[in-house]
Amino acid sequence: MLSRTADNLYWLARYIERAEFVARTIEVAQRMASLPTSYGGSSNEWESALATTGCADSFHKHYRDATERTVTEFLAFSPENSSSIVNCLETARANARAVRTALTVEMWEAINDVWLELKKLNRRKLDRDDVNRFLNKVKEASLLFDGSASRTMLRRDSYWFERLGHYIERADNTARILDVKYHLLLPDQSHVGGALDYYQWTSVLRAVSAVTSFHWVYRESVKPWLVADFLILNEQMPRSLASCYENITRYLDMLAQGYGRQGPAQRHARAMRARLQNARMEAIFGTGLHEFITGFLADNHRLGSEVTEQYLV
Amino acid sequence: MTAFDEMRGMNGQVRPGYRQLADWLAGVPRALLEERRREAEFLFRRIGITFAVYGDAESTERLIPFDIVPRIIAHEEWTQLSKGLEQRVRALNLYIQDVYSKREAMRAGIVPEELIFQNPVFRPEMNGQRVPHDIWVHIAGIDVVRVDPETFYVLEDNARTPSGVSYMLENREIMIRLFPELFATHRVAPVENYPDELLATLKSVAPLTSAAEPTAVLLTPGLFNSAYYEHSFLADKLGIELVEGRDLFIENNIVFMRTTEGPQRVDVIYRRVDDDFLDPLAFRPDSALGVPGLLGAYRAGNVTLANAVGTGVADDKAVYSYMPDIIRFFLGEEPILKNVPTWRCREPESLAYVLEHLEELVVKETHGSGGYGMLIGPKACKEEIETFRAKLKHDPTTFIAQPTLALSTAPCLVEEGIAPRHVDLRPYVLQGKTGVRIVPGGLTRVALQAGSLVVNSSQGGGTKDTWVLGA
Repeated sequence: MLSRTADNLYWLARYIERAEFVARTIEVAQRMASLPTSYGGSSNEWESALATTGCADSFHKHYRDATERTVTEFLAFSPENSSSIVNCLETARANARAVRTALTVEMWEAINDVWLELKKLNRRKLDRDDVNRFLNKVKEASLLFDGSASRTMLRRDSYWFERLGHYIERADNTARILDVKYHLLLPDQSHVGGALDYYQWTSVLRAVSAVTSFHWVYRESVKPWLVADFLILNEQMPRSLASCYENITRYLDMLAQGYGRQGPAQRHARAMRARLQNARMEAIFGTGLHEFITGFLADNHRLGSEVTEQYLV
Repeated sequence: MTAFDEMRGMNGQVRPGYRQLADWLAGVPRALLEERRREAEFLFRRIGITFAVYGDAESTERLIPFDIVPRIIAHEEWTQLSKGLEQRVRALNLYIQDVYSKREAMRAGIVPEELIFQNPVFRPEMNGQRVPHDIWVHIAGIDVVRVDPETFYVLEDNARTPSGVSYMLENREIMIRLFPELFATHRVAPVENYPDELLATLKSVAPLTSAAEPTAVLLTPGLFNSAYYEHSFLADKLGIELVEGRDLFIENNIVFMRTTEGPQRVDVIYRRVDDDFLDPLAFRPDSALGVPGLLGAYRAGNVTLANAVGTGVADDKAVYSYMPDIIRFFLGEEPILKNVPTWRCREPESLAYVLEHLEELVVKETHGSGGYGMLIGPKACKEEIETFRAKLKHDPTTFIAQPTLALSTAPCLVEEGIAPRHVDLRPYVLQGKTGVRIVPGGLTRVALQAGSLVVNSSQGGGTKDTWVLGA
């Protein structure tokens, strides 16, 4: 297929995934910010939402204080923020239009419908209900797009590139949450059981829609090192780094088989997966969770560049 | 001026092909029609069939109004029309070939010299150039109008990159969804095989140096082109890649596209990019849409461009008036389709006549399209007429004039109910190695404003489905 088409599909999937992630981040911040301070709630939540989405710097170029109003506006609606939901959806739809021929009707409609919804919004007069309704629409659109892709696309390179974008973005997003909240996840015994952090850990799970599944997997109350284990190493958890890399290697392998050729991207992804499979949480804590995540983000980014280099230009 | 109505004729008697539709229209509740109209609009918007209007910053995507009442063409009428279309396109092709080779038509005095050499779309680069299988016009859109039951007039030949065929196909799909009951009572000739015919045509003209199974692509200027939807729609239906200039590159005079598996050779390019923008090395150097070196590969015979470079010499409105003679000269046949009588303002006597009769004539720029830059005398105010008079005196060679035709009307659903509106028709004619193919039908454009004669979508015109009835 055309490299440009593959590139468009890959980024289309990334932007849809990112839009959903930003929507979830806003929801979690709302929830945390509305807790009494004695339960860990603080206005810091909005700063932390900015950090999670990697937009703190550009935010402060346009606003002074991180409040619910300013951060929601910036993360959801601002044209100045390249990762705002609005920009993600605009870019996703532009990409989708450019590769209409590579999409199924269902995928196109999932994107076009949420985009039309977005056009109807009157951004001047949004209250919290309107915002939340919109965030819900965004999450639904992402589910619909993802489901449509998996149910309707031909199993060939176009599908594999779409999936790759989806999982590389997802791994990036999960790692970013961990990066911002890592200090809460360190196994510092003195804090354990404190009401303060309990809600913070739960909020990490909530950001990746995994509160219930956590309990199914661990059958324990929420403990920070288990949350870290769940999001990093547990292959059952569909947003964990390990699960993302299970998928990334699978789709890269399919591409390699289809094209009859392995390349740097395949080798790099396999190495990353092996590292995740062999790692144990104790060791990661031993060498530093923060260092581990920073390293992962860099490696994941490098994989993205390799995929681009190998197929998309 | 009373127009010929295709349903009710001149005298109000329902014409044969329309009998069932007329009965149906008489009985169907207005509310049902309105509901179906809304449904059609919803479908168009949902599928995303839009077009862009240049100079309209507000909305880059708009819907072309769609009229849900089908236009019917009887079997015999179509048979006659399609013979005429085939003849016309064969003549266009031979004429273009002649322009870039022996120029016999010019030497025989059929067309004046300046019509070729002073034509801005004449491409000296193509002089003496053969194109694969000697086919220059692979896809033509011939605009025809009717004025009475017997006569089709050709209004305009489009031999460059005619657009609109996606509407022909989508209109039909939507009509089948909306009105299955009408399809059950009419034998409507299908148009859905157009993409297959087009692909067969494109593959048949692959260069001799290409592989057994040639690779065809569709070259688009990109997302911001007004016809982008059509480009992606067609590429999809043809099952070929939709490429932009940056997806292609030339090496050793061979065209390649950049794919995820490395460079792949391209043999046939269905290009929807104008000559000027095809190759910045040969034509406009500021074009970012083209492929540097494409003309070199083309002239080396390693790639087919459909349509060929330089076909514009055959489709401007000045050449148009010579078409009947061109047909006689190259084919030795009498033209089957009529030409609208045309005054060439380049000729002093004609110019004098035109200047005297501006109030009753339609004046067009020879290179204009899309309904821009024309004067419709009977509808124009004094000021507009005077502006045009000045333009004509300043540079008469770029204008032609024609009588205002009473375009035929067809029934349409408008505010006040079912009412006649003026229509034209653009059938699409394909020409490949094995001959001419025409899918029965075309794009009917309709002037939805009461009394208006301008059918162009850029000026508020709409479209409707065209039903050629089977034998």
